[in-house]
Amino acid sequence: MLYLIPLLPFVGFLVNAAIGKRLSKTMSGLLATGVMAASFGIAAMSVWTLVGQTPVDGVRAIEQSYYTWLSSGSLHIPLAFRLDPLSSLMVLVITGIGTLIHLYSTAYMHDETDAEYARYFSYLNLFAAFMLVLVLGSSFPVMFIGWEGVGLCSYLLIGFWFKKPSASEAGKKAFIVNRVGDFGFILGMLALFWAFGTLDFQELASKVALLPNDPAMWAGSTVLTAATLLLFLGATGKSAQLPLYVWLPDAMEGPTPVSALIHAATMVTAGVYMIGRNAVLFSHAPFTLEIVAIVGVVTALFAGTIGLVQNDIKRVLAYSTVSQLGYMFLAMGVGAFAGGIFHLYTHAFFKALLFLGSGAVIHALHGEQDIRNMGGLRKHLPITFYTFLIGTIAIAGIPPLAGFFSKDEILWKTYSSDHKVLWFVAVVAAFLTATYMFRLLYLTFFGVRRSAAPSTEHAAHSTQHQAPSTHHGEAHLHDAPGPMAIALIVLAIGSVLAGFVGVPHVLGGNNQIEAFLEPSFRAIGAVAEAAPAVEATAEATAEHGGAGLEFGLMAFSTLVALAGIGLATVVFLRRPQIADRMAGQFAGVHRLLLGKYYVDELYDATIVQPIKRVSSGLLWRGVDAGVIDGTVNGVGLVVRGWSAVLRRLQTGSVRAYAMSFFVGVVTIVGYYLWR
Amino acid sequence: MLPEPTLNSYLMLSAVLFAIGTAGVFLRRNIITILLSVEVMLNAVNLTFIAVDRFRGLVDGQIMVFFVITVAAAEAAVGLAIVIALFRHKETLTPDVFTSLKW
Repeated sequence: MLYLIPLLPFVGFLVNAAIGKRLSKTMSGLLATGVMAASFGIAAMSVWTLVGQTPVDGVRAIEQSYYTWLSSGSLHIPLAFRLDPLSSLMVLVITGIGTLIHLYSTAYMHDETDAEYARYFSYLNLFAAFMLVLVLGSSFPVMFIGWEGVGLCSYLLIGFWFKKPSASEAGKKAFIVNRVGDFGFILGMLALFWAFGTLDFQELASKVALLPNDPAMWAGSTVLTAATLLLFLGATGKSAQLPLYVWLPDAMEGPTPVSALIHAATMVTAGVYMIGRNAVLFSHAPFTLEIVAIVGVVTALFAGTIGLVQNDIKRVLAYSTVSQLGYMFLAMGVGAFAGGIFHLYTHAFFKALLFLGSGAVIHALHGEQDIRNMGGLRKHLPITFYTFLIGTIAIAGIPPLAGFFSKDEILWKTYSSDHKVLWFVAVVAAFLTATYMFRLLYLTFFGVRRSAAPSTEHAAHSTQHQAPSTHHGEAHLHDAPGPMAIALIVLAIGSVLAGFVGVPHVLGGNNQIEAFLEPSFRAIGAVAEAAPAVEATAEATAEHGGAGLEFGLMAFSTLVALAGIGLATVVFLRRPQIADRMAGQFAGVHRLLLGKYYVDELYDATIVQPIKRVSSGLLWRGVDAGVIDGTVNGVGLVVRGWSAVLRRLQTGSVRAYAMSFFVGVVTIVGYYLWR
Repeated sequence: MLPEPTLNSYLMLSAVLFAIGTAGVFLRRNIITILLSVEVMLNAVNLTFIAVDRFRGLVDGQIMVFFVITVAAAEAAVGLAIVIALFRHKETLTPDVFTSLKW
């Protein structure tokens, strides 16, 4: 049955790709949404079966192998899917939120032609199919099919409006930056196979679990550290972490539902999922975990500061996504695997909601994305406003919405695992999150409409809808139409309720999600003491530290979030002039942030330009034109030169030929006679 | 009474004939004469075949001679036809004029 979960969207892709041009929009949209809904149904049934299973060794899993994909020497890779608590959560998120986003897209993309509409939905279905293969795969190579497939779909969908140069550029950028990460992923995979002789997640985990926790105790620890670091490089590419995050903000060139599905809820979390999947490996490589945690928290802070000053509604959300993904990696890095996956799951709800909300705003304003030209939309777009408000509160981490529980879980696990510095940075990032999200909310929905004066940026964006942007009469604003509204409302409900599966013990809950996920993070048959060391210490500290400390920190982080909201309220709602004055006073910092720390420029100067220069100067003019063309032309020249000499022999005089023939015969015969 | 001819004397005669033919091919300035010289060379070879066969008591060479005579007849027919064509073309029979078979 498991194979149906990815197969259904794949069939949807095939149909829409093959005959979508001839289908009406209603048909294409219905088909694409239908297969996702069916896939969700099957996923839900499978998960229900899984939950009903009696655990073997404390582990529940459904494993189905279909056929041997690769068999060479000691390498045997079956095409097998495995549904365990971790992948079941992912599958539900992908199919569930995926269905809502497909539904939303049916209305959002309605301005496209029939053929474009079908092309859009075929890509979206293909993406869902690959993403499901990624999370269901029971071994690295199967995961890798999905890993590369979602990258491809991401590229196709970012560049969906490929006639717009910036969109096709952004697509290429995403693809190329991801290649860097995938290179690490492949090398990591090879290193693991070299060291452990298998690529099956469970077998790897079992083999690694037998090794001592202390890396100094066994010889191969360097290989494991290197392999996990390389895998993490792959994760930084896919999940937009430093130093490979640069593609994600540009990816906002794609249609907004795509940003919601691929670049917020699902694909970018693949890196987090991959680390969670290999929790045993990573927890046996403490050095890698430290790196993961540091990269995560630095990314969270870094992207948060950029998010403060961006003016494109989707880019603010993109930096927010990068920042939240940083939180997830922080959680992974401090060994709070369940916490990271929990945040992944809640983030999928509220970030998808925020993106879809921003899409509704853009839709209503005919392609306007600059928040400086918005404002006062609260009255005109009530559904969008209220759902967006819920999403904003959820991401800011105000109890009892979803974001609070997951973010607080991460902060607590960070603090209790003795990463006090990282904890502090994460709290600062949480403060920034609340600030920039409420800035976005205020500038978009509150105050008065600042429209008109279409900037050049605006003109560029509005081409996607080819809608008249000349007249922004208030009467023209229409709230999200039916399917979009449904998706927004369902996600808003999700953003409110999703956190309640992980209410911590200190608040009287029993953190079901952690108990549910925990078996996925250890090897089958491994006894309790072989469980990930860091997690164990975290638990121990949690018990020692006592509920009082945890409760105090929780209150503190809530206060920090409220302070962030308060700052945003004062600066961006009550006294907008403060913002301007601050921007003026700290012009240098402001410009640095607005320029996104000039990372793109830095990469351009240090990597792109040198490669271009080497390519054109050395490889093109030197190697290609000089050596390769030189060899080919040189052979020709030598032949021509000799020919010019030798052709003198061909006089055309038959008697001269006969003479040479005669001389030749005499010479040869003479040689044999007088030898 | 002349001495009985030996194989050697036949071969000498044949060599002399061949040399005369070769000299004719290279030295004469008339294509028809050159063709005649080629015939002399062919017949020098024929004589060698016959002489060797006669003294060794074989027949293979004699069979070969029939082939050579046939080929020589064909060559004379085709060669003379070509000579006529060449003459019509350039109004001369000097072989050095016909040098268009070159670069």
